[in-house]
Amino acid sequence: MNPFASIGRATMTLLAHIGRLSTFTGTALAAIVAPPIYGRLIGQQIMRIGYYSLPVVGLTAFFTGSALALQIFLGGNRFGTEAVVPQIVVLGITRELGPVIAGLMVAGRVAAAIAAEIGTMKVTEQIDALTTLATNPIKYLVVPRLIAAVLCLPLLVAIADSIGVFGGYVVATQSMGFSGGTYLKNTVDFATREDIVSGLIKAGVFGFIIALMGCYNGFNSKGGAQGVGNATTAAVVSSSILILAANYLLTSLLFSK
Amino acid sequence: MSPKIQLIGVKKRFGSKVVLDGVDLTVEPRSSLVIIGGSGTGKSVTIKSILGIIRPDEGTILVDGEDVTHLRGAARDKVMKKFGMLFQGGALFDSLPVWENVAFGLIQGRGMARKPARDIAIEKLAKVGLAADVGDLFPVELSGGMLKRVGLARAIASDPEIIFFDEPTTGLDPIMADIINDLIVSTVKDVGATALSITHDMISARKISDKIAMLYGGKIIWQGPTAAIDNSGNPYVDQFIHGKAEGPIKMAVKA
Repeated sequence: MNPFASIGRATMTLLAHIGRLSTFTGTALAAIVAPPIYGRLIGQQIMRIGYYSLPVVGLTAFFTGSALALQIFLGGNRFGTEAVVPQIVVLGITRELGPVIAGLMVAGRVAAAIAAEIGTMKVTEQIDALTTLATNPIKYLVVPRLIAAVLCLPLLVAIADSIGVFGGYVVATQSMGFSGGTYLKNTVDFATREDIVSGLIKAGVFGFIIALMGCYNGFNSKGGAQGVGNATTAAVVSSSILILAANYLLTSLLFSK
Repeated sequence: MSPKIQLIGVKKRFGSKVVLDGVDLTVEPRSSLVIIGGSGTGKSVTIKSILGIIRPDEGTILVDGEDVTHLRGAARDKVMKKFGMLFQGGALFDSLPVWENVAFGLIQGRGMARKPARDIAIEKLAKVGLAADVGDLFPVELSGGMLKRVGLARAIASDPEIIFFDEPTTGLDPIMADIINDLIVSTVKDVGATALSITHDMISARKISDKIAMLYGGKIIWQGPTAAIDNSGNPYVDQFIHGKAEGPIKMAVKA
């Protein structure tokens, strides 16, 4: 086995993947602006991607906020800075944890579901059937999911931000002796518009990544049940990694000033 | 009379595997051509190339004299409106009820309102022998024979000029297969369409075709009127239609 050959093959495979993904993204973006717009399908996807993700996102945000408050309180104890719990919680949640936790949870829920659904349609020839019925599969399947995800994620994150801060508030007032009024006042006074907006911008990008990776992997699934299973796994793994990578990039871009 | 569909030297390979090696084929208007051939000989690839789902590497595909080989986007959609297709496994959309499956091409492809499209769907379901209340079922609730019927109703829903049938009788019992064959013959005549089918079921091929072409080794090795198939004088055709293990066709046991 020639080591150079296997390195070369791996590089070619990677480049082919990047090429296919770029073409797919380009086709999908071009399809967003071209008529017709399937309003009914976008509405359906908003329900599935946004509304049904609320319980998962809400619960994780609540526990993340409370754990964050607890960590800052206990850690801050060591050098007498327990009083900054509300400020750090709101900063951590809105800038970082709200979008990332919501993004990852929705990636697990939605990217998997999209990949499984489109993958099954692919292996049962339903995507070919769309083409024969004069309907562009990218327009019919991908565009509504992309639009819905990009719209829904910021809304989900806005809700996650509120619930996360509330999680911190509950722990702080119940077991750390903060007064409710002071906690809320410190939170509101400290948080800036930039903190919140940066998180919502991240959320929109994460939404795009989730829908794109779900659709891309679904469309490229091969074979039968196993192929669909592989596509689902690939969708969750790739969207999670891309979300974390994009999170770093966006953080450095948004806060570079 | 100019041909409805014409394939000239169509070639397609997947990796190192040559599937189509210069296919030449002509389908006359309002005729029914059946392509026979063993599994994996490229019958599906031929149909999918005409439909534009697979892009051939070389060659030309003409529909009504128009070169459609490399059409994309809106121009492709326009050609697609001439086509209807019955898929092997039905390929019904399992998220939609039966009537919406049948009406799909009318609603999405032609922008018809849902109410009149539903009426047409019910009428097409009646043509394939299904009652109106089947329209409200979902595809998972249907038997194999019903799936084929709904698939057929969907294929004829927008009165296509050309209908493709991919293994229409595969997976059906002999009686249901005969019923589907009869339905294919009557609906194609009814719509006045041109039909192109692929199958390895010789009973079905004889019943639904005017002409038969045999695909082997990536080429059309014989074609002629259905009545002539028993006297083709071609040893490959003879072996295939009589289903003999011995003969010039060597089945690749390992892929």
